[in-house]
Amino acid sequence: MSTATIDLEHHEDHEHHGPPKGFKRWLFSTNHKDIGTMYLIFALTMLFAGGVSAMAIRAELFLPGLQLLEPDLYNNLVTNHALIMIFGAVMPAAAGLANWMIPLMIGAPDMALPRLNNLSFWILPAAATMLILSFVVPFFPGGGTQINTGWTIYPPLSIQVGMSMDFLLFALHMLGISSVLASINIIVTIFNMRAPDVKLTQMPIFVWTWLVTAFLLILVIPVLAGGVTMLIFDRHFGTSFFSAGGGGDPVLFQHLFWFFGHPEVYILILPSMGVLASVVPTFSRKPLFGYASMVGAMIAIMIIGMVVWAHHQYTIGMSLGAVSYFMIGTIIISIPVGLMVFNYMATMWRGAMTFETPMLFAIGILLMFSFGGLTGIMLAVVPADMQYHDSMFVVAHFHYVLMPGAVFGLFAGVFYWLPKWTGHMYDEKLAKIFFWVNVISFNVTFFPQHFIGLAGMPRRIVDYHAMFTEFNVISSLGAIVFGLSHLLLLYIIIKTIRGGKQAEDKVWEGAKGLEWELSSPPPFHSWTTPPKLAVS
Amino acid sequence: MAAISKRLGALSVFSLLAGGAGTAGAEMALNFPEPAAGVAQEIYDIHMLTSIIATVLLVIICAFVGYSLYYHRKSRGYEADQKFHETWFGQWSWIIVPVLVLGIDLTIAGSAQKTLEKVWVVPKDTDMLDVKVVGHQWWWEYEYLDHSVEIDGKPKSVRVESRYLPEDQAGEDTAGYLRAVDNPLVLPVGKKVRFLHTSADVLHAFWVPELAVKKDAIPGYVTETWVDLNREGRFSGQCAELCGTWHSRMPIEVEVVAEEKFNSWMEEQKRTMLAAAAEAAMDKDWTMDELMEKGRANYNTKCAACHQITGKGLPPAFPAIKDSPIAVGPIPEHVDIVLNGKPGTAMVAWNTLTDLELASIITYERNAWGNDTGDLVQPRDVKAARTAVPAPAPAAE
Repeated sequence: MSTATIDLEHHEDHEHHGPPKGFKRWLFSTNHKDIGTMYLIFALTMLFAGGVSAMAIRAELFLPGLQLLEPDLYNNLVTNHALIMIFGAVMPAAAGLANWMIPLMIGAPDMALPRLNNLSFWILPAAATMLILSFVVPFFPGGGTQINTGWTIYPPLSIQVGMSMDFLLFALHMLGISSVLASINIIVTIFNMRAPDVKLTQMPIFVWTWLVTAFLLILVIPVLAGGVTMLIFDRHFGTSFFSAGGGGDPVLFQHLFWFFGHPEVYILILPSMGVLASVVPTFSRKPLFGYASMVGAMIAIMIIGMVVWAHHQYTIGMSLGAVSYFMIGTIIISIPVGLMVFNYMATMWRGAMTFETPMLFAIGILLMFSFGGLTGIMLAVVPADMQYHDSMFVVAHFHYVLMPGAVFGLFAGVFYWLPKWTGHMYDEKLAKIFFWVNVISFNVTFFPQHFIGLAGMPRRIVDYHAMFTEFNVISSLGAIVFGLSHLLLLYIIIKTIRGGKQAEDKVWEGAKGLEWELSSPPPFHSWTTPPKLAVS
Repeated sequence: MAAISKRLGALSVFSLLAGGAGTAGAEMALNFPEPAAGVAQEIYDIHMLTSIIATVLLVIICAFVGYSLYYHRKSRGYEADQKFHETWFGQWSWIIVPVLVLGIDLTIAGSAQKTLEKVWVVPKDTDMLDVKVVGHQWWWEYEYLDHSVEIDGKPKSVRVESRYLPEDQAGEDTAGYLRAVDNPLVLPVGKKVRFLHTSADVLHAFWVPELAVKKDAIPGYVTETWVDLNREGRFSGQCAELCGTWHSRMPIEVEVVAEEKFNSWMEEQKRTMLAAAAEAAMDKDWTMDELMEKGRANYNTKCAACHQITGKGLPPAFPAIKDSPIAVGPIPEHVDIVLNGKPGTAMVAWNTLTDLELASIITYERNAWGNDTGDLVQPRDVKAARTAVPAPAPAAE
């Protein structure tokens, strides 16, 4: 405690280390807090871009018949919604939390590689521009056809698409480079920049989740990059990696894609699970239950998660032996994931809980993510998946996994640390209203999709048979409220940045960890001398 | 859109919201449809088993969290138990929980494995009806490999082309909006059927919920599934793998009928095929009126999904034929693109059609919608183009 205070005074003597003025502060920034802020603002912007496309999709599906969107525009929106949400919103938001919190949590003055940090952020706006261009280019004369493949960009369909596909493929390359650079930085920081007192086994679980996530990213992004490069070659240089006519195999691309795509799910979820490991103990006023098993579970998730990818492709005609393996491997993932969920429940058990907004999100996540996980086990069962595959049931399942598992976890983290970042308390009453509206409308949107999926509605169709009407109407009505509710989030965040009750250094009564020993907001340069852990 | 507006009139959502289930709710499906095959029944059963296990687990999780939320809160004055993780349970939960979860996993995987072995591998020792299912953008082709007729001394399997039928052309007794097709896949009840799936262009997937088979159609590869049909009826499904613009308009209609009815249907198909072959083989000069009439019918079923009935296409993916440089330009180039397709685009080679069909389509395209070239393409012209060596690219000088 006392070292932190001394540190702050020490800092105030060096005002010339303060932030540079004007655009240079942001464009040339090597400060982990500023870069973290930029990541978060970028992610919030992309959340709205992806949200608008989602609302357009639901508007079209409100009733059967073609009302608003041409089929190709619909497919184009489906593609863009997924890519923007995954690569534009969730991954940068998680990276923003990492940038802000990892140095504060491990007592490091900054990230290990600050210039690399600047680069990995500034690639993102360029990549996002390419991604948005891939959506827009077909509307210009000579722009070719729209992208009607979905984010999975399976050949041969993706080879038929015009030049907009090339924008998309290069955007994927750039996003991949950005993620790999950020991951290298995070790994190096965690291994080398911890305060001498902070052992690996004492790091907050959030830091652990990012360490595992960063390794996963470095392992799987190059495989996606390989697949994307082969697709570019097939499109332009006459190779036939993915064409049976030239000795290739369209299914090969699916293997490469999902070798990246399945671990990607854990890349999205793990940092949010790490946020819960800070939030749940704080508001339960009780230490985290099962620290070691948590670390073990996430390493198991990383390893098993990398060898079960083909459960996304049960229908391609694999052998009995192959599908049996992928089925059992996938079901086994429920063990480490179940252990993590159990540990959070056991942390709440016999705690003294209060229900501030981050905790409300955490509880919502535990219930809804468990539900998404259970439908995941159903999907893993190969014979039953012959019905579920590519139906709306899958859409419902992965939104139940990714909204609570990833996005709500990020919301929890934002509310949890926003007072620390800005120095102001957010409006608790508005935030609670946002939580309830958001979570209820989320369930109204996605719960009915399970039923229409079971009844036989495929996913990614622009128009549907009248027997699916009722649940689609409910789902679309929910989606309108769900989409608009995020404007309230934006309002709360802006309001908090502009002012509000001064936040204490230790914002939450039950909070533990180094970040709470700094002022709110923390000084521009923090932990210039390493903190000492209080001996408890 | 008649069916839609009818549906909207009876839309039960609002009555549901008002608290009473409307009559239209009876049609509202919540679960898999009633299986129409033995393998589908197996799949239905394993689906119900896993659903029940998942529901029970969810209830248990909610019960524990709910109890905790009620009792372990600060506002009730509950003191946090700081030593909970040091109890025997805290010490050993890392092994107890995985063992419990593993038990549930093995229960599910064990029953799933039994079902999987029954449904996955096609039985080799029994007599099966082989049906080759070819996915096209955006229609289905069914080929009965066990039934053929002899044309030009070569056996040709009975083929059915099955296409989406717009609502105004579909009759009252069809499967309805987006589900009606011109020619259903007819199968005999009580028979084991093996489907061989492949594709002519991009990925598709054959899915009929009542039969519970779903398999991708992959260009250049053949995948297989099988069903043992056990009840008669009309079952609807549709393509399940995103295949481009009109993915939502690739309905599948399966009509399972009694064996005698299937046999007489098959005989009729064979007669129709022979008659069509005889007509196509006639060495005669067709008149403009004859070709235009046949051409309109063929164009509207085979070409209009992309190039539209109006010939205006849907640019840029599907170019217009009206006023197009190919349709009003030299005849050989027009014949070539229809016969051999255009690589790298959605335009596939149509060389599986007969000379007469192709000649009529090309003639129609050259004379409809104001493309009044007056050109007449005879079947023998197409025949010549089939055997001709592709014209070399024009020399650079």
